[in-house]
Amino acid sequence: MIGVACIIAFSLATISLVLTGYRLVVGPDPLDRVLALDTLVINAIGLIAAMGVWFATSMYFEMSLLFAVFGFLSTVAFCKYILRGNVIE
Amino acid sequence: MIVFEAIAAFFIVLGAFFMFVGSLALAIMPDMMRRLHGPTKASTLGLGAILFGSMVYSFGVRGEPSVHEFLIIVFVFITAPVSGMMIAKAFILTNHAVRPTLTATGTATGWATLDPGAPTSDRLPPAIKAD
Repeated sequence: MIGVACIIAFSLATISLVLTGYRLVVGPDPLDRVLALDTLVINAIGLIAAMGVWFATSMYFEMSLLFAVFGFLSTVAFCKYILRGNVIE
Repeated sequence: MIVFEAIAAFFIVLGAFFMFVGSLALAIMPDMMRRLHGPTKASTLGLGAILFGSMVYSFGVRGEPSVHEFLIIVFVFITAPVSGMMIAKAFILTNHAVRPTLTATGTATGWATLDPGAPTSDRLPPAIKAD
Protein backbone atom coordinates (compact mmCIF):
# COMPACT_ATOMS: atom_id res chain seq x y z
CA MET A 1 0.00 0.00 0.00
CA ILE A 2 2.73 2.44 0.95
CA GLY A 3 4.65 1.45 -2.18
CA VAL A 4 1.74 2.41 -4.43
CA ALA A 5 1.33 5.68 -2.54
CA CYS A 6 5.04 6.43 -2.96
CA ILE A 7 4.90 5.70 -6.69
CA ILE A 8 1.90 8.05 -7.05
CA ALA A 9 3.79 10.69 -5.05
CA PHE A 10 6.89 10.27 -7.24
CA SER A 11 4.81 10.66 -10.42
CA LEU A 12 2.91 13.73 -9.21
CA ALA A 13 6.06 15.35 -7.84
CA THR A 14 7.89 14.77 -11.12
CA ILE A 15 5.03 16.28 -13.12
CA SER A 16 5.05 19.22 -10.69
CA LEU A 17 8.79 19.66 -11.22
CA VAL A 18 8.28 19.69 -14.98
CA LEU A 19 5.45 22.27 -14.74
CA THR A 20 7.56 24.44 -12.45
CA GLY A 21 10.52 24.11 -14.78
CA TYR A 22 8.28 25.25 -17.63
CA ARG A 23 7.43 28.43 -15.70
CA LEU A 24 11.10 28.84 -14.78
CA VAL A 25 12.11 28.79 -18.44
CA VAL A 26 9.13 30.63 -19.98
CA GLY A 27 8.18 33.09 -17.21
CA PRO A 28 8.07 36.58 -18.74
CA ASP A 29 9.04 38.44 -15.56
CA PRO A 30 12.12 37.84 -13.36
CA LEU A 31 9.77 37.52 -10.38
CA ASP A 32 7.95 34.67 -12.13
CA ARG A 33 11.27 32.88 -12.26
CA VAL A 34 11.94 33.60 -8.58
CA LEU A 35 8.52 32.21 -7.68
CA ALA A 36 9.11 29.18 -9.90
CA LEU A 37 12.44 28.55 -8.16
CA ASP A 38 10.75 28.74 -4.75
CA THR A 39 8.08 26.25 -5.83
CA LEU A 40 10.76 24.04 -7.40
CA VAL A 41 12.53 23.81 -4.06
CA ILE A 42 9.25 22.98 -2.28
CA ASN A 43 8.53 20.22 -4.81
CA ALA A 44 12.06 18.86 -4.45
CA ILE A 45 11.60 18.67 -0.67
CA GLY A 46 8.37 16.72 -1.18
CA LEU A 47 10.10 14.33 -3.59
CA ILE A 48 12.97 13.80 -1.15
CA ALA A 49 10.52 13.13 1.71
CA ALA A 50 8.69 10.54 -0.40
CA MET A 51 12.07 8.96 -1.24
CA GLY A 52 12.80 8.73 2.48
CA VAL A 53 9.58 6.76 2.96
CA TRP A 54 10.30 4.56 -0.08
CA PHE A 55 13.82 3.57 1.02
CA ALA A 56 12.75 3.39 4.70
CA THR A 57 15.64 5.56 5.85
CA SER A 58 15.88 8.77 7.84
CA MET A 59 19.06 9.84 6.07
CA TYR A 60 17.34 12.24 3.67
CA PHE A 61 15.90 14.66 6.20
CA GLU A 62 19.06 16.67 6.62
CA MET A 63 19.04 17.13 2.86
CA SER A 64 15.41 18.30 2.97
CA LEU A 65 16.24 20.76 5.72
CA LEU A 66 19.20 22.14 3.78
CA PHE A 67 17.00 22.48 0.69
CA ALA A 68 14.39 24.36 2.74
CA VAL A 69 16.95 26.75 4.23
CA PHE A 70 18.70 27.51 0.96
CA GLY A 71 15.43 27.84 -0.94
CA PHE A 72 14.12 30.42 1.48
CA LEU A 73 17.41 32.32 1.56
CA SER A 74 17.72 32.41 -2.22
CA THR A 75 14.12 33.61 -2.61
CA VAL A 76 14.61 36.45 -0.14
CA ALA A 77 17.98 37.38 -1.67
CA PHE A 78 16.55 37.44 -5.21
CA CYS A 79 13.59 39.56 -4.07
CA LYS A 80 15.88 42.02 -2.31
CA TYR A 81 18.07 42.18 -5.38
CA ILE A 82 15.16 42.85 -7.74
CA LEU A 83 13.67 45.40 -5.34
CA ARG A 84 16.78 47.31 -4.33
CA GLY A 85 19.51 46.35 -6.82
CA ASN A 86 21.59 45.09 -3.93
CA VAL A 87 21.30 42.21 -1.47
CA ILE A 88 22.96 43.61 1.65
CA GLU A 89 23.03 47.39 1.92
CA MET B 1 0.11 -1.58 11.77
CA ILE B 2 -2.08 -1.69 8.69
CA VAL B 3 -4.03 1.27 10.05
CA PHE B 4 -0.86 3.38 10.38
CA GLU B 5 0.25 2.33 6.92
CA ALA B 6 -3.12 3.29 5.45
CA ILE B 7 -3.03 6.70 7.17
CA ALA B 8 0.53 7.31 5.94
CA ALA B 9 -0.36 6.29 2.38
CA PHE B 10 -3.45 8.52 2.42
CA PHE B 11 -1.49 11.56 3.60
CA ILE B 12 1.33 11.00 1.11
CA VAL B 13 -1.10 10.77 -1.82
CA LEU B 14 -3.04 13.81 -0.55
CA GLY B 15 0.14 15.85 -0.21
CA ALA B 16 1.37 14.87 -3.65
CA PHE B 17 -2.00 15.87 -5.11
CA PHE B 18 -1.90 19.30 -3.47
CA MET B 19 1.68 19.83 -4.61
CA PHE B 20 0.62 18.97 -8.16
CA VAL B 21 -2.32 21.41 -7.98
CA GLY B 22 -0.02 24.20 -6.79
CA SER B 23 2.47 23.63 -9.59
CA LEU B 24 -0.35 23.39 -12.14
CA ALA B 25 -1.66 26.76 -10.95
CA LEU B 26 1.85 28.18 -11.28
CA ALA B 27 2.10 26.88 -14.84
CA ILE B 28 -1.29 27.83 -16.31
CA MET B 29 -2.51 30.95 -14.47
CA PRO B 30 -2.47 34.12 -16.61
CA ASP B 31 -0.82 36.78 -14.44
CA MET B 32 1.66 37.08 -11.61
CA MET B 33 -0.65 37.57 -8.62
CA ARG B 34 -2.80 34.58 -9.53
CA ARG B 35 0.34 32.55 -10.12
CA LEU B 36 1.54 33.55 -6.67
CA HIS B 37 -1.71 32.45 -5.07
CA GLY B 38 -1.48 28.79 -6.03
CA PRO B 39 1.95 27.58 -4.86
CA THR B 40 2.13 29.54 -1.59
CA LYS B 41 -0.87 27.71 -0.20
CA ALA B 42 -1.09 24.42 -2.02
CA SER B 43 2.60 23.57 -1.90
CA THR B 44 2.85 24.27 1.80
CA LEU B 45 -0.21 22.15 2.51
CA GLY B 46 1.05 19.40 0.21
CA LEU B 47 4.51 19.36 1.74
CA GLY B 48 2.98 19.35 5.23
CA ALA B 49 0.77 16.38 4.36
CA ILE B 50 3.67 14.42 2.80
CA LEU B 51 5.90 15.03 5.80
CA PHE B 52 3.08 14.18 8.21
CA GLY B 53 2.54 10.92 6.33
CA SER B 54 6.26 10.19 6.58
CA MET B 55 6.12 10.90 10.32
CA VAL B 56 3.15 8.55 10.79
CA TYR B 57 4.92 5.86 8.74
CA SER B 58 8.18 5.99 10.69
CA PHE B 59 6.28 6.04 14.01
CA GLY B 60 3.65 3.39 13.32
CA VAL B 61 5.24 0.99 10.84
CA ARG B 62 9.01 1.20 11.31
CA GLY B 63 8.63 1.69 15.06
CA GLU B 64 11.16 4.51 15.38
CA PRO B 65 9.56 7.90 16.09
CA SER B 66 11.13 10.74 14.11
CA VAL B 67 10.86 14.47 14.71
CA HIS B 68 12.96 15.63 11.75
CA GLU B 69 9.84 15.97 9.62
CA PHE B 70 8.24 18.15 12.23
CA LEU B 71 11.28 20.42 12.08
CA ILE B 72 10.94 20.78 8.32
CA ILE B 73 7.17 21.38 8.62
CA VAL B 74 7.72 24.19 11.15
CA PHE B 75 10.47 25.77 9.06
CA VAL B 76 8.48 25.67 5.82
CA PHE B 77 5.29 26.93 7.48
CA ILE B 78 7.20 29.90 8.89
CA THR B 79 9.18 30.78 5.77
CA ALA B 80 6.62 30.20 2.99
CA PRO B 81 4.39 33.23 3.90
CA VAL B 82 7.50 35.40 4.25
CA SER B 83 8.78 34.53 0.79
CA GLY B 84 5.26 34.95 -0.63
CA MET B 85 5.03 38.42 0.90
CA MET B 86 8.50 39.31 -0.40
CA ILE B 87 7.59 38.27 -3.94
CA ALA B 88 4.25 40.15 -3.83
CA LYS B 89 5.93 43.29 -2.49
CA ALA B 90 8.67 43.18 -5.13
CA PHE B 91 6.01 42.65 -7.80
CA ILE B 92 3.88 45.60 -6.67
CA LEU B 93 6.87 47.91 -6.39
CA THR B 94 8.54 46.98 -9.68
CA ASN B 95 5.50 46.65 -11.94
CA HIS B 96 4.17 50.10 -12.75
CA ALA B 97 1.21 48.82 -14.75
CA VAL B 98 -0.51 47.32 -11.70
CA ARG B 99 -0.10 50.21 -9.31
CA PRO B 100 -2.96 52.39 -10.67
CA THR B 101 -5.33 49.41 -10.48
CA LEU B 102 -4.94 48.99 -6.72
CA THR B 103 -7.30 50.51 -4.16
CA ALA B 104 -6.17 53.83 -2.69
CA THR B 105 -4.33 53.57 0.62
CA GLY B 106 -5.58 56.90 1.98
CA THR B 107 -2.05 58.23 2.49
CA ALA B 108 0.50 59.85 0.22
CA THR B 109 2.56 56.68 -0.18
CA GLY B 110 1.38 53.67 -2.11
CA TRP B 111 1.08 50.00 -1.22
CA ALA B 112 3.97 47.96 0.24
CA THR B 113 5.99 51.06 1.12
CA LEU B 114 7.06 52.49 4.43
CA ASP B 115 5.01 55.61 5.21
CA PRO B 116 7.29 58.18 6.86
CA GLY B 117 4.38 60.05 8.47
CA ALA B 118 2.68 56.92 9.76
CA PRO B 119 1.43 56.83 13.36
CA THR B 120 4.33 54.52 14.23
CA SER B 121 6.37 57.53 15.35
CA ASP B 122 3.62 58.54 17.79
CA ARG B 123 3.74 55.15 19.45
CA LEU B 124 7.45 55.40 20.22
CA PRO B 125 8.46 56.23 23.79
CA PRO B 126 9.41 59.91 24.42
CA ALA B 127 13.10 59.19 24.96
CA ILE B 128 13.46 57.73 21.50
CA LYS B 129 11.25 60.39 19.92
CA ALA B 130 13.45 63.19 21.36
CA ASP B 131 16.40 61.90 19.36
